[in-house]
Amino acid sequence: MNTRPTFDEMWGTSRELRTLYATFQQWFEGESLARLRKKQREAEDVFRLTGITFNVYGQQEAAERLIPFDIIPRIISGREWTRLSRGIEQRVRAINAFLHDIYHRQEIVRAGRLPAEMIAKNAAFLPQMIGVKPAGGVYTHIVGVDLVRTGEDEFYVLEDNARTPSGVSYMLENRETMLHMFPELFTKHRVQSVSNYPKNLHRSLAASAPAACDGNPVVAVLTPGIFNSAYYEHSFLADKMGVELVEGHDLRVIDGRVAMRTTQGYKAIDVLYRRVDDEYLDPLNFNPDSALGVPGIMDVYRAGGITIANAPGTGIADDKAIYSYMPDIVQFYTGEKPILQNVPTWRCSDPQSLTYVLENLADLVVKEVHGSGGYGMLVGPTASKKEIAAFRDKLKAKPSNYIAQPTLALSSVPIFTNAGLAPRHVDLRPYVLVSPEGVKITPGGLTRVALKKGSLVVNSSQGGGTKDTWVLED
Amino acid sequence: MLGKTAGGLYWMFRYLERSENTARMIAAGMRLALTSPDGDEEWSSILQSATMDWGYQQKYGTSITRATAVDWMLRDRENPSSVINVVEGARNNARLVRTALTREVWEAVNQTWMLLRDLLKSHVKESDLPYVLQVIRQQSAYVRGAVSGTMLRNDIHNFIRLGTFIERADNTARIIDVKYFVLLPNASAVGSTLDNVQWDSILRILSGEGGYRLTYGQDPRPREIAQFLILDRRMPRSLAYCGAVLASNMQHLARDYDQRVHSHALIEALSVTHLSRGVDEIFEFGLHEFLQDFMGFIAEISAQIEVDYRFYE
Repeated sequence: MNTRPTFDEMWGTSRELRTLYATFQQWFEGESLARLRKKQREAEDVFRLTGITFNVYGQQEAAERLIPFDIIPRIISGREWTRLSRGIEQRVRAINAFLHDIYHRQEIVRAGRLPAEMIAKNAAFLPQMIGVKPAGGVYTHIVGVDLVRTGEDEFYVLEDNARTPSGVSYMLENRETMLHMFPELFTKHRVQSVSNYPKNLHRSLAASAPAACDGNPVVAVLTPGIFNSAYYEHSFLADKMGVELVEGHDLRVIDGRVAMRTTQGYKAIDVLYRRVDDEYLDPLNFNPDSALGVPGIMDVYRAGGITIANAPGTGIADDKAIYSYMPDIVQFYTGEKPILQNVPTWRCSDPQSLTYVLENLADLVVKEVHGSGGYGMLVGPTASKKEIAAFRDKLKAKPSNYIAQPTLALSSVPIFTNAGLAPRHVDLRPYVLVSPEGVKITPGGLTRVALKKGSLVVNSSQGGGTKDTWVLED
Repeated sequence: MLGKTAGGLYWMFRYLERSENTARMIAAGMRLALTSPDGDEEWSSILQSATMDWGYQQKYGTSITRATAVDWMLRDRENPSSVINVVEGARNNARLVRTALTREVWEAVNQTWMLLRDLLKSHVKESDLPYVLQVIRQQSAYVRGAVSGTMLRNDIHNFIRLGTFIERADNTARIIDVKYFVLLPNASAVGSTLDNVQWDSILRILSGEGGYRLTYGQDPRPREIAQFLILDRRMPRSLAYCGAVLASNMQHLARDYDQRVHSHALIEALSVTHLSRGVDEIFEFGLHEFLQDFMGFIAEISAQIEVDYRFYE
């Protein structure tokens, strides 16, 4: 286990205020705790009234919950951001090249850099995508890259989200809320704006229109419906882009196009930003029981009648077993050294690694290869002996289902508590847009924060909160 | 606009209108019970006005008290038209059509739901009832005001108005019908003191006392009240007013979409067959029969709107 002191983004490792936070600290000193407590409550009221909630499955009572919002911003310097965004762009370009390769010639396998079974046996690999050419060659149009920081200049990529990354609406609403509550802070700091995201998203999607599109591309957002945990975000994005929010039963394949049922008849869609998972997308091609998708959409897609963003089958790029190969993948497709590091990862499918992992469970974080949202994972250092023993059995039963990583000393950023500032661990999810026109990264992203003292789990489904993330102009 | 969105808007505003009318009916029941000697008797006719009597009897049998009737109408989850259920229905529809609403309208309906969820969490005490009913009416006005002040006058607005006024036309007709039919089984009572008290209560439910006074003076007279509530196009809850608003929104849609559909013809027929009659002709035909016809026609129009504008698959 790592025994280094935690790097705090405000106070460094030696309790010396980082200059980045000097102006903020000065402001904070001049504020009364009572006023800030009032602001904190005000923020919650705003979120509740606006309906910025997420649904929690299996919790009838709290069907809609607020994600706790913390009023202390996380501040990143322009210089830090420049380096990060270069690394992100490099990684995202590599991911798109990788996806193209995987569904075409599989050069990376031929070159012996990735074992063939990593693809053939991967549940996220879609044979239906073999040979398909998405418009403009883009597979993943919207990516969220989860980063953690362990020191002044140490960032690691924890996870790539190339399927349907969520949370961008919180990034935008957090900023709106801060602007509303603390306008004076934005006068004192030059914070790079995030508000262009919906416009850029729309542009990026429209630029990815398929061959069949004539005229202005018609874009729509596909949601599983109001009971989905991220429904708020789906409607938010459709609203801000000024496009329709559709469900599967609003759509139908007509004359080789996917069309939506409007009050004046059916109207063809060119680009569908889908927030429905692959397996539910098309009951004719995938899960036949799904009522969320559109029968036949895959056939239209393959024939170039619609762009699906993100493309079906992109999930293989954010699979946790593939993740461990990401440094090689970046190198292979860009010919450059990766700018962002991976967290060292043991693949439990490998017998030697498995032995090591089983012996060191108490120091490791073990994750399910296909899990998400902090479910099905073991955080060794904070787990009980009983939990570790139970997990050991699960691991032995199906080793290939798991990877393990060292517990990193995640950086902390202060949150506002009743007694004032207190450090809590954070991660960061920047949002990336990819289109044939290029890669666009919104400065900042969503900072998730573990609200429990000492906890490393920042997932909103596990009680984490969020913060506004500021990237300053240099 | 998506057919689903049009349907969501339409039902969102039908539900909101229904919550307000239910609150109006309960307020009238309270007043009648407090001012007449036979107290709880009045709740039977109130439940009928709201067409909530059948479900009520399934649950409580024939004994009707203020407490049980009010609880059934306001907060019983088993009653699909209880205020809490329709407000939640309105809010769920609002979530469904969120992209069609301004932030103000969404927040107004979300706040309505949050407020009423808290107010109706447990049984409402008699002493709190006037306040709760006032909140329901105020919130409904707040949502309407947000619509009026922030929404574009486009097809979205047309579907909002269609939902509101289909529901209102239906509710007003029911209120007049039940009051008349139930309370006056015997036509000879027309003009008696009891009769006048009942008619007065109809005016109150529909917030028409002031308007009536301005038009006809102090004395509530059945013929004039019927004229006022059915045919006066200045009265915003009258059948004629509802019919006029429905017709004008249909015309906007026809122009906007450059398409005439069957429900347009039905709305036009409604104004010819029902709303161009004189009040004497209506009484001669039979007020009850007239209102039943009218409600049937409104239901037919509603079903046709759903088909014409592809609310469902």
